[in-house]
Amino acid sequence: MSMSEESFIESTLRGFARAFSKALISEQAASQPGLLQSFDPRVRLVGVMGLAISTVLCRKLAVIAALMVLAILLAIASRLSVWSLARRVWFAVLGFTGLIALPAVFITPGSRIVLAPVLHLSISASGVRTAALLVLRVETTATLTTVLVLCTPWAHILRALRSLRMPAEIVTMLAMTHRYVFLLIETANQMFESRLSRTVGKLTGPEKRRMTARTAGVLLSKSVELSHEVYLAMLSRGFDGEVRVLNDFRLKAHDYLGLTGFACAAGLAIWMGR
Amino acid sequence: MTETSTPAFEVNDITFDYEGIPAIRGLSLRIEKGERVALLGANGSGKSTLLRILDGLCFPTTGSVSFAGNPLTPESLRRNGYALTFRRQAALVFQNPDVQLFNPTVFDEIAYGPLQLRWSKEDILRRVGETLALMGISHLKERPSYRLSGGEKKRVALASVLVLNPEVLLLDEPTVTLDPRSQSQLVDLIQQWKGTGKTVVTATHQLDIVEDIADRILVMEAGTVIAAGTPSEILADHALLLRANLVHAHRHAHGNIVHSHPHRHPHSHDV
Repeated sequence: MSMSEESFIESTLRGFARAFSKALISEQAASQPGLLQSFDPRVRLVGVMGLAISTVLCRKLAVIAALMVLAILLAIASRLSVWSLARRVWFAVLGFTGLIALPAVFITPGSRIVLAPVLHLSISASGVRTAALLVLRVETTATLTTVLVLCTPWAHILRALRSLRMPAEIVTMLAMTHRYVFLLIETANQMFESRLSRTVGKLTGPEKRRMTARTAGVLLSKSVELSHEVYLAMLSRGFDGEVRVLNDFRLKAHDYLGLTGFACAAGLAIWMGR
Repeated sequence: MTETSTPAFEVNDITFDYEGIPAIRGLSLRIEKGERVALLGANGSGKSTLLRILDGLCFPTTGSVSFAGNPLTPESLRRNGYALTFRRQAALVFQNPDVQLFNPTVFDEIAYGPLQLRWSKEDILRRVGETLALMGISHLKERPSYRLSGGEKKRVALASVLVLNPEVLLLDEPTVTLDPRSQSQLVDLIQQWKGTGKTVVTATHQLDIVEDIADRILVMEAGTVIAAGTPSEILADHALLLRANLVHAHRHAHGNIVHSHPHRHPHSHDV
């Protein structure tokens, strides 16, 4: 590790702070007025998921590109920052999926369009198309789901999932995972802060690794202890193995209109992208 | 209250240990219905464990516990009807609010108990609204727990139990992490329950609130009750408080003479 020991601890702390600020930004985006925010959470969930599924089913690049444009328009109409989407989703997806799709450019049989310099590998038209299809598909579905998550408070997504008959056990697991990830981040943050306040001089590479391993170990044992305590707290308030969730959503005319719009767009994309 | 009436809790000679480490030893007590009792003891004296046993969350290795005349055992709580009745009547506020806040938002948290106890939707919405207002946390309704301060978490944890309006309230260090104003509001709330028939058992080591929240004090040390009495009797017994680690010997000098005496921080109006 080339970082100084101070920057090692501080950069970890900055990482924790980033996680919290991202959650805060998501909450702010979800609470501001916008197109997607104006729909019932169930409409948002079904509509955006419908578009994502139609993206996966599409085989034509132009149709997927149109869905991507639709996703960007949805983001703009919902007052999300396109630059923030690019940083959160597009660059990361391009790096990751691009790496996976890259070999397809060279190994997919088809008419050669260019010979790659140095490596002397031929690039086929069908290879480029396959790679572009994969990258664009992942970019579009990732953009759609990010727009959904940014425009909908986590609690509403969970309630919408439950009202759409997702098993209560799965919804509860998702809710508790989200809740306690933050608690454990907070705990880890305090551990690193306490370490920072007592660190004088340089830490060697092995010491940094030991510190990270110890933190992970302590967090693991804390999470085991916490899970037992949480279970007791649930029992104390009447948990009997069955999860019950309050559903107070009501669909309005505007929601039906939105749902029809999503259904038309998804249906048209599937039909045109056959 | 008479000796022959059925007590809220009757605990007979119980022991409990955590993987071989004794937490409760030969403890017996009786808590009458409508009584306000404070379990006073230093950290590690067994107060929290006793509250968990009274809430049917863990069970003694030996001895017996009964609630309203019915045995409180794993078998009895496995019967759905009895479990539901017991959970409707008794509720525990945990010392660490983080273990109690496992729902996505404050609203969901407070609605959790009523939902599990199968209240109607209308009742849940009404009672949750009332409880939010009572605890002064209506503005936090849609907030996730990780965005609450320590004091706010404690208030929400309390609200999540108060919404059930239980006959028996078990409070584990309820004033810890609360600011002075919130502490005083909570003490006022417990004082309001006096004479309403609610049984309130509060575990605490804060001497300055026990006179307000309890009619009887049980002093605990090393997993057993070492003394019982009214708040004025217990608070006047400095030797007992010193033995139970509830006060410390304050060492100071008057000129050349250094001496020490038991020391506590009383209410401002006591001074």
